[in-house]
Amino acid sequence: MTAPVVTGPVVTRPVVTGPVVTGIGIAAPTGLGTEEHWRATLAGRPSIRRITRFDPAPYPSQLAGEVTGFEPADHLPSRLIPQTDHMTRLALVAAAEALADAEVANGDMPEFDMGVVTAASAGGFEFGQNELEKLWSKGSHHVSAYQSFAWFYAVNTGQISIRHGMRGPSGVVVSDQSGGLDAIAHARRHLRKGTKLVVTGGVDGSICPWGWLGQLASNRLSTSQDLDQAYLPFDTRACGHVAGEGGALLIVEDGEAAAERGARKLYGQISGYAATFDPKPGTGREPALRRAILGALADAGAGPDEVDVVFADAAGLPRLDHEEATAINAVFGPGGVPVTAPKTMTGRLYAGAASLDVATALLAIRDQVIPPTINVSPDPRLALDLVTGEPRSASLRTALVLARGYGGFNSALVVQAVNGQRTK
Amino acid sequence: MTSNNRRVVITGIGVMAPGAVGAKAFWELLSSGKTATRLVTGFESSGFRSRIAAQCDFNPEAEGLGPQEIRRMDRAAQMAVIAARESIADSGIDLAGWDPARIGVTLGTATGATMGLDIEYRVVSDDGRLHLVDPAYMAPHLYNYLVPSAFAAEVAWLAGAEGPTAVVSTGCTSGLDAVAHAREVLAEGSADVMITGATDAPVSPITLACFDAIKATTPRNDEPETASRPFDLTRNGFVLGEGAAIFVMEERESALRRGAHIYAEIAGFASRCNAFHMTGLRPDGREMAEAISVAMKQAAVRAEDIDYINAHGSGTKQNDRHETAAFKHSLGATAYDIPVSSIKSMVGHSLGAIGSIEIAASALAIEHNVVPPTANLNVPDPECDLDYVPHTARERQIDTVLTVGSGFGGFQSAMVLTGPDGGAS
Amino acid sequence: MATITIDDLRRIFEDVAGADEGVNLDGDIIDTEFAELGYDSIAVLEAVGQIRRDYGISVDEDALAEVHTPRSLLELLHAYSG
Repeated sequence: MTAPVVTGPVVTRPVVTGPVVTGIGIAAPTGLGTEEHWRATLAGRPSIRRITRFDPAPYPSQLAGEVTGFEPADHLPSRLIPQTDHMTRLALVAAAEALADAEVANGDMPEFDMGVVTAASAGGFEFGQNELEKLWSKGSHHVSAYQSFAWFYAVNTGQISIRHGMRGPSGVVVSDQSGGLDAIAHARRHLRKGTKLVVTGGVDGSICPWGWLGQLASNRLSTSQDLDQAYLPFDTRACGHVAGEGGALLIVEDGEAAAERGARKLYGQISGYAATFDPKPGTGREPALRRAILGALADAGAGPDEVDVVFADAAGLPRLDHEEATAINAVFGPGGVPVTAPKTMTGRLYAGAASLDVATALLAIRDQVIPPTINVSPDPRLALDLVTGEPRSASLRTALVLARGYGGFNSALVVQAVNGQRTK
Repeated sequence: MTSNNRRVVITGIGVMAPGAVGAKAFWELLSSGKTATRLVTGFESSGFRSRIAAQCDFNPEAEGLGPQEIRRMDRAAQMAVIAARESIADSGIDLAGWDPARIGVTLGTATGATMGLDIEYRVVSDDGRLHLVDPAYMAPHLYNYLVPSAFAAEVAWLAGAEGPTAVVSTGCTSGLDAVAHAREVLAEGSADVMITGATDAPVSPITLACFDAIKATTPRNDEPETASRPFDLTRNGFVLGEGAAIFVMEERESALRRGAHIYAEIAGFASRCNAFHMTGLRPDGREMAEAISVAMKQAAVRAEDIDYINAHGSGTKQNDRHETAAFKHSLGATAYDIPVSSIKSMVGHSLGAIGSIEIAASALAIEHNVVPPTANLNVPDPECDLDYVPHTARERQIDTVLTVGSGFGGFQSAMVLTGPDGGAS
Repeated sequence: MATITIDDLRRIFEDVAGADEGVNLDGDIIDTEFAELGYDSIAVLEAVGQIRRDYGISVDEDALAEVHTPRSLLELLHAYSG
């Protein structure tokens, strides 16, 4: 069914059926707030620097993408501050921005019609380190009452749902760096079953000494101290990634419900998704990323020729970069689609990574420009059309976002401009 | 992917529970009404307010784990893999004969590798002395503890799964929500077999300390065997537990075609959030009631069709009152006619795992037509006045079970399981 | 041992649980219910925990369950500090 709906100044759009993104909130090393992040991203501004949150000198990796200029007291009521980890505070601010962007205020919609599905990786790890420290150095009576809920993986979903009175189905997905896409996909399942609006995505961070040790143990962190050379995905000099904190939260609504309430911003549709898991190491079977790409395209009813840009996972290690390039080229042909990794500016944000990529992809579609991958000289053997240097203007309707999690998780998501809707 | 809404059934069960290694021993424990709660073992606990736990006694090597698996896996992951192996054997399914792309995994956990992290933290920080923890003592598999999606990876490797794989972590409803997630993956056609369930190994000093701080656990340390008292007037908190329950779940038609034994169908599920408080519950239970009503509607069952309610029944003053209100709210006067029990009275509250352990109990109740009892229920509470099946298991034709969960963060989940012959007509 | 005053309580609560906008903690709050001051049961437990850490005073749990105002908390604390 299509019916013209008046949105904004004199534009009419057909009603979209299926999930649409109506608001975005971002807290990232590139900026606190969507437009600040987008401006920095288009400017190719690197936001990776030497860690300031603790003295990184004892550790082989010393760089990170930190969110700077964030004063919790400027954004949150004081009663929330003692009971929240730093990354939960960022999540609450991003959720508030996303809801404001979508023009949804607390109480605007029936409470059972709204849910929250976030991705997590390590939970409120910094909060947890402080509590562990008190436990073991001082004794169990020094552990805070807030530890019972400030660190666990569900904390962001819980706190967002409370702050905004959302009583519908909610959830938390943990699949390392592919969690952001899996959370959005699960939000889509809720919308298909009748929930009208879901706050989804991820905001994450474990930039504290104990979290840092955990991340070092992945053997994937770059040990380069050179800000411009530490994280070089698809480059012959690839030597690991830089970790970061932050992410993005999206307001995803049922298209018809969004039209009914007069939602003015329709950033795009969630058109297709698939998730796969790599074969156990040593079996010699093909990594499952290609199948995730094909599955997402099939789910979207889109052929490879319709994809205008790929936001890569960009692990930044030769073997993994090679796997990703191979999968992309198998589907699109060598150099067959523009590929970019703006996460070279922020670092990899764990449960915040993929939803930030989705948000960036939607902004790219909005403004018809592909943000660049910075610092990288693409290895020609990988045969990727990597967007480097300047942002590239392009006709963008369909974006594919890829995310791979440690252990073998692969997820792929297709987002499309609203006026590019295809009927199945 | 189309929303086929294919039907989903449980064909294999594996359980690692306090007092019971394996589903058979688990059912024997439940039907006996014996409790597995005792004083905490394994670390010095004299300084804690609550020193009781329900712990699993098992030897990982004896249960089939190799030295490298034991080294790299936190205890919770070990329990998940052991239970997964049991469930796969129980189901009789030959996973090697399936397209790996059609096999997936969803596992639940609330506290992840908290035990392993506590142990490793002490080393690298030298018992909290070093804020800048010492990288020289970093364990090589620490990343698996940092991010618990490693649990799902381990089970996926065991099963040869290359389909959708994830961990769901919604606090104390993780065990229900993970199975519900797997059900949706199956129902929509993204996989044909899912290995799903949950695991948690939270019995460690940091967890004891934080529950002490909010006085959520029972301090009845002089009577550990009877300390978990759901619905009893003298209840004063939950007993922390650990464990895992894993299922093989299949699309129903293909399970029937291969002649699988079907324990139960996941006929309905719904979840809601309190959006009230991270740990508190309002007494009216209306969000849980809403979840129950929606799950029942999905399963096309009425209150009169429910043969057994497997309660959350954690044994805190506020939960049992909240839950009783939710049952009355959603089921009306019929709530008084349905036997309700809490197996936490026997196996404690294993946080993210218990939802799956309770699904196992519910499926086995259907299998055996026996309602497990609520142990330690001696003094009735006027605010909790339903039939909670005190002490002794009860034989009864069971075709439809409602199982519910409630957790920190406000999560409220409800699931309806029906017997293989279709449950309610 | 120092006797805890209402000012100490005010400071401890603000430290461990912040302060709600629109609530004037400087006013005469001694008989105002904690819930009205924006402090839930976790905030009270955390404050009591902090008092134990700072002052060495532990209170009876059952008695604490009946405490709903700063005055009744002070009375309980004074009873236990001898």
